[in-house]
Amino acid sequence: MTDTPLPSPSPSLALPRLPAFAAFGKSVAARVLPPLVMLVLLIGLWELAASGPKAALPSPSLIFKQSLELIVDPFYDRGGLDKGLFWHILASLTRVAQGFAIAAVVGVLMGVLLGQSQLALRGLDPLFQILRTIPPLAWLPLSLAAFRDSNPSAIFVIFITSVWPILINTSVGVRAIPQDYRNVAAVLRLNHLEFFFKIVLPSTVPYIFTGLRIGIGLSWLAIIAAEMLIGGVGIGFFIWDAWNSSNISDIIVALVYVGLVGFCLDRVIAGVGVLCARGAKA
Amino acid sequence: MTKPYLQISTVGIQFGLNVVLQNVSLDIQRGEFLAIIGHSGCGKSTLLNIVAGLLQATTGGVLLEDKEVNEPGPDRAVVFQNHSLLPWLTVEENVRLAVDKVFGKTKSRAERRDWVRHKLDLVNMSHALVRRPNEISGGMKQRVGIARALAMEPKVLLMDEPFGALDALTRAQLQDTVMGLQQKLNNTVLMITHDVDEAVLLSDRIVMMTNGPAATIGEVLTVPLARPRDRLALASDPTYVACRAAVLQFLYERHRHPAAA
Ligand SMILES: Nc1ncnc2c1ncn2[C@@H]1O[C@H](COP(=O)(O)OP(=O)(O)O)[C@@H](O)[C@H]1O
Ligand SMILES: [Mg+2]
Repeated sequence: MTDTPLPSPSPSLALPRLPAFAAFGKSVAARVLPPLVMLVLLIGLWELAASGPKAALPSPSLIFKQSLELIVDPFYDRGGLDKGLFWHILASLTRVAQGFAIAAVVGVLMGVLLGQSQLALRGLDPLFQILRTIPPLAWLPLSLAAFRDSNPSAIFVIFITSVWPILINTSVGVRAIPQDYRNVAAVLRLNHLEFFFKIVLPSTVPYIFTGLRIGIGLSWLAIIAAEMLIGGVGIGFFIWDAWNSSNISDIIVALVYVGLVGFCLDRVIAGVGVLCARGAKA
Repeated sequence: MTKPYLQISTVGIQFGLNVVLQNVSLDIQRGEFLAIIGHSGCGKSTLLNIVAGLLQATTGGVLLEDKEVNEPGPDRAVVFQNHSLLPWLTVEENVRLAVDKVFGKTKSRAERRDWVRHKLDLVNMSHALVRRPNEISGGMKQRVGIARALAMEPKVLLMDEPFGALDALTRAQLQDTVMGLQQKLNNTVLMITHDVDEAVLLSDRIVMMTNGPAATIGEVLTVPLARPRDRLALASDPTYVACRAAVLQFLYERHRHPAAA
């Protein structure tokens, strides 16, 4: 075992800090500037295209004028459905959180079962392969009939949409557990519970999070569509409502919010995944 | 001759129609260090896995202290070829997992902690307690694998080509470590190797296996070299040279590898 020499302190640390800051600033600018420039360009183009008298869609400046309150104050609440976008998105996120949490638990447990048991795999896999191709909204009428209430129906749609990628990825991950780890567990005589928590979960974490990430994306897609149909507070119905009152500016503002929230959801799951998977790679 | 500690009697195994091992019988005394050598694919790992209880023999069986072996257990700890440390645990936690499982009821927390540290100290790994497997070298991983196996206080230590993937210098260091440990602990060891020098240097007896299919034990050679052994002095020792020649002759004259023939 040879000792590697300690790296000598880099010269930039000994010099005044300014050059280091400049380099850091440069690298940030290199990442932030291009998308910013693109955004400004696109909005400019849009403004030009939509400024004619016969334009079907409002221009950015018009949207800003018409939906100013919506943009600057997401928190207003005048009762009923007349709320700021924050409250609509909060309602949608709550439904997604509930449905997605159930999907995560059920998906991981069923995935482990399918990954561990050849019999369960043979019996259930064909069924799941068919079920997972059913579009989310096709479940809505059935769940409305079963639950007789819009909120649990929406939560069920989220669940049934996001459970499949979680389940399938988990089962693939469990089947990919190296035989070596199973042998270690066998020699140590780990019981089922110890095997699950000490071997299966840690070695499957990257697969589980791949599934969770796909699942959260699908949930967010499904909730908007489902809410358009079930009504009530929620960003989906907000958009539908705006369409019915021909308020195109509001729709566009809401779409921007929907996109940003979807992006954040994806980043959050990916970030948690990176935290949990630290060291899980061989 | 005392009663054998570990007894492998007429063991055979087949996978489907493929008969891999046939009529393998071997008696091992307590404290003996046995090397099993043979061409790759002949069934060495399969034999070791049967002793470990990870595979079930089709015929015959294995007795350890007169008790039949039919499932894996920490009394037959295995050092696997590719270390098989859990990558999400640190070096200390990897050993700790085994110690907690084996001594969870008989040792206190502090005792178990000291036990883990002591075993890692035996293999010179005290400096890397908090490192993860992907942060240490291949040789260090094998050291930790050996510490983990030793920490279970096995009746028999099973090693499947433990140094096969290492470079020559690292391998020599680890061989010296294993010899030192053997001197101190006097374990009963079954080690698979494909390295003739390693077999002669480390073992009391060398078990030479014929080629598969239906491989069996071709010859057993006793290595009458006094311990402690020193690799430099042995290089020109006539007994060492003779043992080495006998093994080489078995492997490359009488039982050439089928693919090489
Ligand atoms: N689980 C298994 N199923 C089918 N064949 C196997 C299995 N395990 C080992 N074999 C076969 O047994 C033979 C011996 O393998 P192995 O014990 O790994 O050889 P060695 O360790 O001596 O290189 C090989 O031909 C391999 O194909
Ligand atoms: Mg092998």
